[in-house]
Amino acid sequence: MTNSVEIAEAALPERVVIPLRQSLGTPAEVCVSVGDDVKVGQRIGEPGGFVSVPVHASISGKVAAVGRFPHPGGGEDTAIVIEGDGLDEWHESVKPRDDVEFLTADEIRKITLDAGVVGLGGAAFPTHVKLSPPDSKPIDTVILNGAECEPWLTADHRLMLERPGDVLRGMKLLMKAVGAGRGIIGVESNKPDAVAALRAALHDGTDITVTAVQVKYPQGAEKQLIDALLRRQVPSGGLPMDVGVVVQNIGTAYAVYEACYLGRPLVRRILTLTGSPVARPSNFMARIGTLLSSLIEQAGGLKTDAGKMISGGPMMGVAQFTTDIPVVKGMSGILFLARGEVNERQPDPCLRCGACVHVCPMKLVPVMLEKLVINERIEQAVEIGLNDCIECGSCSYVCPSKRRLIHYFKYGKLLAAQKSATPTK
Amino acid sequence: MQEHLVVSASPHIRDDVSVRKVMYSVVIAMVPAIIGSVYFYGLRALFLTLLACAAAVLTEAVIQKLRGVPVAVTDGSALVTGILLAFNIPPGVPWWIPVVGSIFAIAIGKQVFGGLGYNPLNPALLGRAFLLASWPVHMTTKWLPGRGGTLSGLSLSEIDVLTQATPLAIMNSARAIISDPASTTHQTVQAVKVVAHLGSSDAIANLFIGNVGGCIGETSALLLLIGAAYLMFKHYISWRIPAAYIMTVAVLTSVFGGTSGLFTGNALFHILSGGLILGAFFMATDMVTSPVTPRGMLVFGVGCGILTTVIRLIGGYPEGVSYSILLMNIATPLIDGRTRPKKFGEVKPSG
Repeated sequence: MTNSVEIAEAALPERVVIPLRQSLGTPAEVCVSVGDDVKVGQRIGEPGGFVSVPVHASISGKVAAVGRFPHPGGGEDTAIVIEGDGLDEWHESVKPRDDVEFLTADEIRKITLDAGVVGLGGAAFPTHVKLSPPDSKPIDTVILNGAECEPWLTADHRLMLERPGDVLRGMKLLMKAVGAGRGIIGVESNKPDAVAALRAALHDGTDITVTAVQVKYPQGAEKQLIDALLRRQVPSGGLPMDVGVVVQNIGTAYAVYEACYLGRPLVRRILTLTGSPVARPSNFMARIGTLLSSLIEQAGGLKTDAGKMISGGPMMGVAQFTTDIPVVKGMSGILFLARGEVNERQPDPCLRCGACVHVCPMKLVPVMLEKLVINERIEQAVEIGLNDCIECGSCSYVCPSKRRLIHYFKYGKLLAAQKSATPTK
Repeated sequence: MQEHLVVSASPHIRDDVSVRKVMYSVVIAMVPAIIGSVYFYGLRALFLTLLACAAAVLTEAVIQKLRGVPVAVTDGSALVTGILLAFNIPPGVPWWIPVVGSIFAIAIGKQVFGGLGYNPLNPALLGRAFLLASWPVHMTTKWLPGRGGTLSGLSLSEIDVLTQATPLAIMNSARAIISDPASTTHQTVQAVKVVAHLGSSDAIANLFIGNVGGCIGETSALLLLIGAAYLMFKHYISWRIPAAYIMTVAVLTSVFGGTSGLFTGNALFHILSGGLILGAFFMATDMVTSPVTPRGMLVFGVGCGILTTVIRLIGGYPEGVSYSILLMNIATPLIDGRTRPKKFGEVKPSG
């Protein structure tokens, strides 16, 4: 729907709401006070630990409030509100670097951390952590995920088409940071234009290859992509680094490029605003903290009543209850579904048809897992792979009885985490 | 607008498949065999089928009402049970046989356990087993010959030593005569001839078309396979159970099913006679009562095949399909638990 729509620079927002929780791990801590003048790129939140990133002002203006606001991840969370002055003045710390090729791995990691870069595919895992594998886990390959994790989202696709050179520059930096000799960009084969654009931007004798992978959901899932490209299976409970791989998102590579070459912290990102109710489905380059209501306006508003608003894609995204949420770093898109497209039928009894078993990319048996979780037999559920579930949604999607499998798996994982957090006698 | 946004867990889109779609597809898949039964045995076959369906649907509705759960008879599952029950009774039985069978199938086979999805045994087969135990004469003798043909599919002069029966029953009697030392030479010679005739290409073709005596919906392999192909195309049944089932019967009957030593059996006869095709494609594949894992389906099919062959060749009944499937239904939870696929990444790290 939006794969042929060029990325448009969203209008400079008059006001931004920047949540401190912008990544997995610990939220940032406020380091400005209400009334302070801030400029674009200025730090307003300090990292709260190793698995945490700093947060920067995305417009210039005055800090108007620090308080609790709706967060796309669910519920409310602490955010810093900046009233813009309309000048869009950048902070003096933001300046281009001309010595990029001489940066060491440590320097690249440091710049990435200082720029507040996180995985932009949706999970928002702090990038500098991914770039710091222990010495015991040598990395030979960096994979860039161009498989576009979910249907409808096109932010990565557009980025590959419009800025292939910068994506590749970011990729080079990522490879250097982990000491990988090889880089692979996996792109789903239904995006031949992206494959062509990236290949055209490659230099001779490069150690980066662009590979077209089969179109199937969930091809963009990290473990599935590694398997498809390298025939390596990440061990159950393990991480890609266990098989010598680091996977990064296309948008993340671009953010690393901007951080290292232009000195810009992550104050904006590309996101897709789409769905049948949207008048002009768009790909926006928007400042972090821009309220969705303002982007919706810029996309021509909603033609019909929306039944559902989803942050992320249709398979794994999080349903929202208000349009007053801000753009956050991990927001790859916003999808609207019309009333009639919302399918919230009451589930029927399980027929044991086995469709969920057939479709599970992690080779689990969802039908058994669901029963165990419903009966709160969590240990047994974990034993047969509850925590291996990547919540891709394939099982729920195919279920003829419309059973809420993923709902139970999320719940079950939560119970499992609580149990393992409680010390046993 | 905002207060109308639905908030629920992902995924937010669903395939349009539903229980109803699955069930009515199974009904559609059985239509060729229903039409065939009318052609072979007359309108009486349709009458009994409709009675079985009506009794099944009504029983389900009444019990759901009594249980205080939503009446969901339009989901098609009771209809499937009704048709399958009718498919498993001889066309010459009195009208109340399918009615009693359906009531038992739904009430005791399904609703007692909590209704759709919770029954451990295939309800239609349980209904048939109940009928067979309660009215064995009706269930084993009320056959009708096919259109313009005979019960056995053979001309009458060839089977003068044997009573009128279905091909499988005749095969069973002939085998018994041959292996019985008390048989006279004349009897044995006749029996050997009968076995040869049953395995002739004409007889096999007749079995494939289904114009022989048998239960209402089981005789025509051709028409059943048309329906099964449709269900496989729709991915509502997998090839695993039928393939494992039929292959196992084929191998075992060709090795042990002969009358002149090992490896002299006629596998094709055993595949096409009796209720094997119906059982393998429409009853062993019943979603609720068969395994969900790919390997489990194969184990289930092989188990059904072994039991069917044992009952046919050694047991007292000429036919073993329904009991085999019921016995394997019981083993389903055990099979599922032991055939879980290897998880993605359940390997030692490669290095």
